[in-house]
Amino acid sequence: MDFRQKLESKYREILTNYLADRSEQALYQGQKLSRNAIERNIPPEEIVSIHRNIMAEMFPEKFNDKMQESFDILLEVMVAYGFAYREHQNLKHIQQELRTEMEIAANVQKTLLGTEVPCKKGMDIGAISVPAKHMNGDYFNFVEDENNSVSIAIADVIGKGLPAALCMSMIKYAMDSLPENRKTPTLVLENLNRVVEQNVDLTMFITMFYGTYHIDDHIFSYASAGHEPGLFYHAETQTFSELPAKGLLLGIEKNTKYRKYEKEVMPGDMIILMSDGVTESRTKEGFIEREELLALIEKNIHLKAQNIVQNVYKELEKLQDFQLRDDFTLIILRRNVLS
Amino acid sequence: MNINIDVNHNENITEVTVGGEIDVYTAPELKKELIPLSEKDNVEMIVDLSGVSYMDSTGLGVFVGLFKNVRAHDGQFKIIGLSSRLKRLFEITGLADIIDISTKMEGEKK
Repeated sequence: MDFRQKLESKYREILTNYLADRSEQALYQGQKLSRNAIERNIPPEEIVSIHRNIMAEMFPEKFNDKMQESFDILLEVMVAYGFAYREHQNLKHIQQELRTEMEIAANVQKTLLGTEVPCKKGMDIGAISVPAKHMNGDYFNFVEDENNSVSIAIADVIGKGLPAALCMSMIKYAMDSLPENRKTPTLVLENLNRVVEQNVDLTMFITMFYGTYHIDDHIFSYASAGHEPGLFYHAETQTFSELPAKGLLLGIEKNTKYRKYEKEVMPGDMIILMSDGVTESRTKEGFIEREELLALIEKNIHLKAQNIVQNVYKELEKLQDFQLRDDFTLIILRRNVLS
Repeated sequence: MNINIDVNHNENITEVTVGGEIDVYTAPELKKELIPLSEKDNVEMIVDLSGVSYMDSTGLGVFVGLFKNVRAHDGQFKIIGLSSRLKRLFEITGLADIIDISTKMEGEKK
C-alpha cells in the first residue's frame, strides 16, 4: 500500500470513529494524521477530496449530488492554500541554505581576517571582538614590525553583516600589500582612504584607527580616520584621558591628509581602543555613559589585559540583556610596570 | 523602531525633517526617500534632525551619501538641529569639518 492509500484508509477509520462516538480521541488522531500528511507534502485539496469520496461511499443516499458538487468549490478554494503552503516549504528550504552559506562565510571571514595578539616582552595586550550578527563589521589587526614595534589597526565598516564583511576583506588586503616603509599611521590611512574612495558605495564608509607602539622608546604614534576616540590610562595618577585624534572617515575625500599624534607611555599606562559598539551600548535606561565604561575598566584594572577586555564585555553584554546592537571590539595595550 | 520623514519644497530649497530613530532598519527608507532628491542639479537641501532620538553609523552613511551627491551636483547641503550626541558623532568622524552643521534652530526639541 502506498502512502496515499494508507492515508485514505486511516482517514476513513478516524472519520468512522468520530461519527460513531464523537470522541476527543478521534479528533486527536485527526491532528496526528495532518502532521503526517504535511510531512509527506500532501496538499490540503487532496484531503478534501478523500473526505468527499468517503462520505459518498458511506452515505450514498444522504450525500447527494448537490452536496458532492459543493465540494468542488471547497477543493478549488483549498488549492490556493496548497500553493501557499508549498511556497512556504520552499522558502524554508532556501532559508536553511542561506543560513548554511552565512555560517561558511563567517568562518571564511574568521580565517581571512584572523590575527594573533602578539606576545611582546614588556607589554601586556588584550583584545576582544564580537559580532552582533553572523559577520563582523569590526576589524582589528596586529602587525609586529622588524624594528621592535607593534602596530595595531582597528576599523569599523558602517553597515553590518555581509556587505560590511566583504568591505573589510578588501581593507585587510590593501593594508597587507602596503610596502613596509609605507606603514606609518598617516601613510596607511592615506593609502587606504584612496582605496576605499574608489571602490565603495556612496553611503558606505569606514572608520579606522592605526597606531604603532615603539617598544624601545615607549612612544605610541597614531592617526585616526573618524574612529571612536581611544582612551589613555595614566598609572601614576590613576586617571583616564581621551586620546586626542582628529581625521576624516575613510572614503569621503580622495586626498585627505591625516595628522600624526604621539604619546609617551610610562610603566603601567594603558592604551584603550574600541569600536562604537562599546560606547553605543544601549540599556533600558539609555546609552552607557563614558563614566560607566571607565568604572568597569577600573574595577578590573588589576587583571591581565585580556581578562579586563573580557570582563568589560561580559558586563556590558549583561547590561544590554545579551542582545548586542552593534559589533563590539575592545583592545587594551599596557606597558608592564617592570620593563 | 520608527521613522518619520517629511519633505517640503520651498522654492529652490528642499527642506527635510526627520524624526524617530535612524538605524540599520530605518536607514534604507531614509535612503530611498532622500537620495533621489539629492541628484538634482544645484539642489539646496536642509535636513532638520532635531526630532531624531537615535542615530547609528548606518544613518550617518545616508547623510554622507546625500552630501556627496549634492556636492557632485553643485548644490548645497546643510544639517540642522543636531543633539549634542549627534554632534559628537559628526565631530569624531571629521564630517563636521566638511558638512555644514548648525546646532541651533528655532523651536528646537529637547
